[in-house]
Amino acid sequence: MKKSYKIQNLCCANCARKIEDGIKKIPGVIDAKILFMVQKLNLEVEDGALETVLTEAKKVAKKVEPDCEIVQ
Amino acid sequence: MTKKQKTMLAQILLSAFLFAVACVLPLSGMWRAIAFIVPYLLVGFPVLKNAVTSVFRGQIMDENFLMAIASVGAFVLGEYPEGVAVVLFYRVGELFESYAVGKSRASVSELMSLCPEEATVLRGGEWVVVSPEEIAIGESVRVLPGEKIPLDGTILDGNSSLDTRSLTGESVPRDVSVGDSILSGCVNLTGVLIFRAEKEFGESTASKILALVEDAAAHRSKSESFVTSFARWYTPIVIAVALLVGILPPLFGGDWATWIHRALEFLVVSCPCALVISVPLSYFGGIGGASRKGILVKGSDRLEALARVDTVVFDKTGTLTKGVFEVTSIDAKDPEFVLEIAALCEQFSNHPIARSLREGWGGTLSEDRVCEFEEIAGVGVSAKVDGVPYFVGKEDWLLQKGYSLKSVQSSGTHIYVANKEECLGVITISDRVKENAIQTIDSLRRLGIQRIVMLTGDGISAANDVAKQLGIDNVRANLLPQDKVSALQEISADARGSVVFVGDGMNDAPVMTTADVGIAMGGIGSDAAIEASDVVLMQDDLSALPKAVSLARKTHRIVMENMIFSIVIKILVMILCAVGVANMWHAVFADVGVSVIAILNAMRTLSKK
Repeated sequence: MKKSYKIQNLCCANCARKIEDGIKKIPGVIDAKILFMVQKLNLEVEDGALETVLTEAKKVAKKVEPDCEIVQ
Repeated sequence: MTKKQKTMLAQILLSAFLFAVACVLPLSGMWRAIAFIVPYLLVGFPVLKNAVTSVFRGQIMDENFLMAIASVGAFVLGEYPEGVAVVLFYRVGELFESYAVGKSRASVSELMSLCPEEATVLRGGEWVVVSPEEIAIGESVRVLPGEKIPLDGTILDGNSSLDTRSLTGESVPRDVSVGDSILSGCVNLTGVLIFRAEKEFGESTASKILALVEDAAAHRSKSESFVTSFARWYTPIVIAVALLVGILPPLFGGDWATWIHRALEFLVVSCPCALVISVPLSYFGGIGGASRKGILVKGSDRLEALARVDTVVFDKTGTLTKGVFEVTSIDAKDPEFVLEIAALCEQFSNHPIARSLREGWGGTLSEDRVCEFEEIAGVGVSAKVDGVPYFVGKEDWLLQKGYSLKSVQSSGTHIYVANKEECLGVITISDRVKENAIQTIDSLRRLGIQRIVMLTGDGISAANDVAKQLGIDNVRANLLPQDKVSALQEISADARGSVVFVGDGMNDAPVMTTADVGIAMGGIGSDAAIEASDVVLMQDDLSALPKAVSLARKTHRIVMENMIFSIVIKILVMILCAVGVANMWHAVFADVGVSVIAILNAMRTLSKK
């Protein structure tokens, strides 16, 4: 299942890369891409795992960049 | 600049001023320390704060943390100016990066203004202003002069001219009137238009183009993948080297202060910022810049492949030629009759050849006279006219059926008309070459693309005719759709660079996907073209092709420049730091200065040229 989210307050390209790497490690994630220039997160997750993955992803993002928000 | 950015700039300027003052004043001891600590804290406090919180978040290799260690370390060693310089320039780099990214995003989001926020729709007998997303197919929409077209539609009333620049890059306005279809994103210039919405907002052209440009970022080029992998390894390795440099030599009798100082310098260059930001920024700019010229590139990887093109394969009909065939001669005992039969048989075909036969006939076509119609792709049609079976099609097809045909002198495409016993006649139709086709082929040659091939389903004489006009010597004719795919595979096997296929998309989907870069022409409205291709040329204009190649090459060149520049300078400075020739100032330049230069260079891709 694929879904795209907007990301706010993502100022650092290197942080974007770190967040992407972190999200890819979350169980249930098939693929994740952070498009820094257009401020989007493209997620591909196993069916049914979307909610849990999103919560984890938000935690990963906050850890790297505290101001960063993933918006539905 | 945002408010946050302006505050940052103010802090930096004030700190820089205080820093300069502190450098100049003849102070010593504690006063000197304080004079430098003030500007340090002014810009460095957020860095220190983030450094502390990042340790608690488990982010040890966070830039803030590394910069904090480097600058605090410098202070501890008594190198006050260097300590301030590190955080001051680090913040300058941050500000610049944030500004550049904001500017690039804004520039591409000018494209966002392709879609208007409001639209006027007729509801309950009144014109109401709504959001374009609320308008359904079939509703009547009104656009005044100066307003943007909100949805794709057909004009019901009014005539005007449209500025299609944001979709196609074309500066000449397009005149439209009742019955014409118009696309969202165009600006209505002169008259009031009332049109019927044919597509919903999200499905209209402007929205689709935006979605395409945004999604293009998701298709990563090899350079972007390289940079991501590189960045993953770079920071840990540099930190490890810093540790070694700081600890090993002193253990073997070196001076602690000196070597720790050098280790701190390594920490300063440990951020791969320049690379990580400049490469995606370059592609983003390249794709955004291309879309302003009416060239939609669906991914950074396609842009990269386009830069390496050394072979261009063209489809003939509709791409190199106008696709508008005209009947130029008929060789038959009863030419009128032969043309009539051909026109009637071709009533149900959408092929350009069928259309021209019908137009050449010009008379009324009644469907009831024709039955048992069958179209065989790429070769011809068969049908019964007034109960009598006929075949209308190409030479090879009729030869295979056992007819004996006489050869025809006129050049062009030959369509044979036969009944069950014999061939009744030959109709010659010719297509015209597009006006700027010759220039385009020339431009491509001048760009160094030596191999130019033409593929066509048409006959060899028509093909050679066109090829000669354009200076193409590599021609393959009489190709069925599947033959085109094999021809392309053959061509790709020999090619060293990328192979580009240019077609009009209608029946070229398999070939498009086989080529390294599939380019569809006249993309507006043709969903099949947009789906199968890698690059869509919004206008039916071949001259966009060399422009696309130049743009791809420029972007690639900038990416390479940045990659090589960043990596080389950083390694050079690291070596020089290790041996003591360079100091922290050089290290800071290798980090921030290189970043700024790389970003400035990357922004060249956004320029209008």
